[in-house]
Amino acid sequence: MSNRIKELFQQKNKNILSIFCTAGFPNKNDIVSILEHAQKNGVDMVEIGMPFSDPTADGPVIQYSNTIAINNGMTLKVLFEQLKDIRQKINIPLVLMGYFNPVYQYGVENFLNDANACGIDGVIIPDLPMYEYETMYQQMFEKYKLKNIFLVTPQTSTERIKKIDVLSDAFIYIVSSNAITGGNADIQESQEKYFQRIQAMQLNNPIVIGFGIKDKSTFDTACNYANGAIIGTAFIKAIDQSKDLENDIASFIKKIQA
Amino acid sequence: MSENINSKYQVNEKGYYGQFGGAYIPEMLHPNIEELQQKYLEIIYDENFQKEFQQLLKDYVGRPTPLYFASRLSEKFQTQIYLKREDLCHTGAHKVNNTIGQILLAKRLGKTRIIAETGAGQHGVATATVCALMNLPCVVYMGEVDIQRQAPNVKRMQLLGAEVRPATSGSKTLKDATNEAMRDWIANPTDTHYIIGSVVGPHPFPDMVARFQSVISEEIKQQLNEKTGKENPDFVVACVGGGSNAAGAFYHFLDDEKVQLVAVEAAGHGVHSGKSAATTQLGRIGVLHSSKTLFMQTEDGQVVEPHSISAGLDYPGIGPMHANLFDTKRAHFLSATDDEALKAVQLLAKLEGIIPALESAHAIAVLDRIGAKQNDVVVLNLSGRGDKDLDTYIREII
Repeated sequence: MSNRIKELFQQKNKNILSIFCTAGFPNKNDIVSILEHAQKNGVDMVEIGMPFSDPTADGPVIQYSNTIAINNGMTLKVLFEQLKDIRQKINIPLVLMGYFNPVYQYGVENFLNDANACGIDGVIIPDLPMYEYETMYQQMFEKYKLKNIFLVTPQTSTERIKKIDVLSDAFIYIVSSNAITGGNADIQESQEKYFQRIQAMQLNNPIVIGFGIKDKSTFDTACNYANGAIIGTAFIKAIDQSKDLENDIASFIKKIQA
Repeated sequence: MSENINSKYQVNEKGYYGQFGGAYIPEMLHPNIEELQQKYLEIIYDENFQKEFQQLLKDYVGRPTPLYFASRLSEKFQTQIYLKREDLCHTGAHKVNNTIGQILLAKRLGKTRIIAETGAGQHGVATATVCALMNLPCVVYMGEVDIQRQAPNVKRMQLLGAEVRPATSGSKTLKDATNEAMRDWIANPTDTHYIIGSVVGPHPFPDMVARFQSVISEEIKQQLNEKTGKENPDFVVACVGGGSNAAGAFYHFLDDEKVQLVAVEAAGHGVHSGKSAATTQLGRIGVLHSSKTLFMQTEDGQVVEPHSISAGLDYPGIGPMHANLFDTKRAHFLSATDDEALKAVQLLAKLEGIIPALESAHAIAVLDRIGAKQNDVVVLNLSGRGDKDLDTYIREII
């Protein structure tokens, strides 16, 4: 069976809209309906955040959503239970994203097995370095048919980007700036130069830009240089304390796609 | 300080101590960490570096610190106790050994801005101090809760010209200050060096900090030999939060297995009270602050908030070197409660006329249970002085 992420990029290589949402936020059992509304409104792919108490690469908004989710009782065990039948309703690619420790405690192989059983397509673990992935976990990822997605930042060397391209088999996550998630600034000229540099490398894998993508303007700019973009913090803000997820998600996505 | 040390208790070339250590960093920090990994040994064992480092340790920090035979304390515990007086270092604790080393390193890396995390404020003060000395701007992250309970150290840092930024996320203590410092480093990767204060964090920090602190055991070895003719002590006792003073005190004795190494953790209200920081008893292996090590966590891997009356020991984990010393049983891990530490403060004050820091008092508190005999030589690393804890002592003791 082909991977949903690869199918997506084969069918559509421009303006891919991906959202990030912390599982268990705003309420413990919201993830399934968030996925349904996202798919219905034309979101192409979703990164489901696995909450962690100490999300070092994230800004205050995503840390807040992690804290709420943990307080709501969200754990990996609960998440896999919630996602057990998700493929009966959702056909867009789903990626799990989170820090290494909860995965390590769950058992990396158990985690990959259960993620695969739920129909998850890929995993992003920002603090699992390439060396540890290659030496300890790559074969396990392949066994359970899960794509490991690497991050590239403005500081990543050309040589390393090439190595990441070789190790990747889904897409590469381009971190837009030297910053944690949830930056407020618009996209600067220096960032566009960095995007152009990546674009000019003509990597084998599709590229998707994330961090600081928050509205139609930043989404459109990112899509000029990449196959798509990921919106996290702005989406978390849009559904924070939502009384009507269906409407709030629909109106947020319409504004991006307008 | 010697470069090559072949020891199963030292870090290997991949950054691991046994199964502990590594560099579990997000990609954003990769260039910084890679640069450090490639250059740190070359830089710190460069002749000019060593000359400048040793000179500052002597003239600025006040090294060597005395190794003091504590006769009344020895009489009380029926053994031979020597105190390694790190409390007499400039700024009041061993922390400055490391900040001197790291700021010299930062300058050689061409960095123009320094950040640090701090719990009790001792590392923050030591960092602010060397930044003033080297004329570099300094930002210290400190948990909002710690800012309140260690107010005099906040003022000290400000007087030294540092900016103290409150960490307002999570438990608002040391681990959160560490998170905020990491975030700052992610945002400022090219001009900034992050001076980590303990033997924690991604490789090469644990090894680098241990090497800078190893001056403690280097001096102990020499001073003990001068005083007693003995090559080694029978026991070395030190408190452990992240573990930098213990790493320095143990360093040159790691391979002499006849030397019993005793690490003392903070038991807070009691190891199983739910308010404790006794990591080796309550923790499991996992990845925290970019290192695979032992720390206190829930079943599903969320970090548990620790408790200790001593802000410097109020950390949920220990460094990977100590995790390996625990795992291999090379070091013996004991713990002392808040109350035991407070009693030890009074004991040392009254018997020896020395008011210790709350952290160091934890090491004193276990002297009756390390199993030392009459003629055994026990070296206790008195890592800091008690000035910063006076408010607590006034509230709890006097």
